[in-house]
Amino acid sequence: MVENSFQKICRLEDVRHHFKDKQSILFGGFGGIGTPPGLINVILESGIKDLTLIGNDTGFPDIGIGKLVTRRRAKKVIVSHIGSNPNAGLLMNNGELEVEFCPQGTLVERIRAGGMGLGGILTDIGMEADIVRKGKQTVKLGKKNYLVESALTADIAIVYAEMADPYGNLLFDKSARNTNPIVAAAGQITIVEVRQIVPLGTLDPENIIVPGAFVDYIIPSKGVDWKWVWEQGIETE
Amino acid sequence: MGLGTGDRNRIAKRAAAEISDGMLVNLGIGIPSLVPNHLWDDHKVMFHAENGLVGIGSTPETGKEDAHLCNAGGLPITIRAGASYCDSTVAFGMIRRGRVDITILGALQVSQAGDLANWIVPGKRVPGMGGAMELAAKAKKVIVLMEHNDKAGMSKLVKTCTLPLTAPKCVHMIITELGVFSVTSEGLLLTDVFDTSSIEEIRNRTEASFTVSENIHKLKE
Repeated sequence: MVENSFQKICRLEDVRHHFKDKQSILFGGFGGIGTPPGLINVILESGIKDLTLIGNDTGFPDIGIGKLVTRRRAKKVIVSHIGSNPNAGLLMNNGELEVEFCPQGTLVERIRAGGMGLGGILTDIGMEADIVRKGKQTVKLGKKNYLVESALTADIAIVYAEMADPYGNLLFDKSARNTNPIVAAAGQITIVEVRQIVPLGTLDPENIIVPGAFVDYIIPSKGVDWKWVWEQGIETE
Repeated sequence: MGLGTGDRNRIAKRAAAEISDGMLVNLGIGIPSLVPNHLWDDHKVMFHAENGLVGIGSTPETGKEDAHLCNAGGLPITIRAGASYCDSTVAFGMIRRGRVDITILGALQVSQAGDLANWIVPGKRVPGMGGAMELAAKAKKVIVLMEHNDKAGMSKLVKTCTLPLTAPKCVHMIITELGVFSVTSEGLLLTDVFDTSSIEEIRNRTEASFTVSENIHKLKE
């Protein structure tokens, strides 16, 4: 049994009270891979709604954050892609879901800026695209023009990691890392679901990807309860 | 995509000829994903994925997939010697800093000036841009693989894009089932014709203006 030295290790039931209507929730994951399955279920079961969900994409209909979108818990999403979740497109088209599209690399930098305590970033990506540029300031630095993209933070950040110690130092697994380290820093409250919790002092400080200073709660994961796309025989386009 | 396996592989094989050892390459979904099948054995090409890895290998056997090892399309992959994982911000840093040598992607329309439209059909299909804007604007070389005409028979190589742009003046090369075009400062140049087609057929099926290279290649299957 790992000693709970920082009182961060807890059960899903213990964090349920943090989730409320109309919150903004940042989520880790890319196409559902690296999205915390237990926390998604807690949000579903808590019945909260009118959420603003911020992350790479809207997952698949029954995978990752897609489960919340499919069950109409979001009023707005800030994402780079909704193509793999047809429900997001349907809800957007009938006016039930507001979608703010942001180029993928810009989106993660906006989240990183939020997590690092900055006000925003300057980028030339999307300068010529009306959907990206609309309503944003431009700034001239030297001879180049840049779009001002605001930083993103959220009431709660939900993260999936491979391994944590009791302080919340995190390691990730292969491509399930994706946006998780960035998201971990940008929540007012950061909750991490992990596959394995190891004793303090067993992780090599040189290898830590996210320092525990950013982590508020650590929850052991029971793994995913969905079938991955390749297990369902669905063609991604 | 209405093209058969033969056409798709013909296009992918021609695209593979643009790649050399040591390059960092990003592949889109669809025909671009076939390109690695046409590289030489023991190649030293590093494939990049936006979610956060460099060094994609072959597709795993059925039953040996790892849910935590997937490409940006969410499909299982393997890695090669020399691979690395990173977070998505770093993956995009490589793109914006111009470290990606070639990006090979699909398109809805390409203009004769090299403008790319590949992410939205207003009112019909709005999937989102994903990482396409960064890749199109910042990769050193942008190669488009696409069917020459759309389902209605309209040329996808156009004088001016009518769809919203992913990025302006970014495409360097277009490969279709009929031939290969380069975007030059003087406009589109037809450089290769597949032996299943002809310059005449390409003229009849292309809206964009183009000139024919003096050294035009006949591409055999």
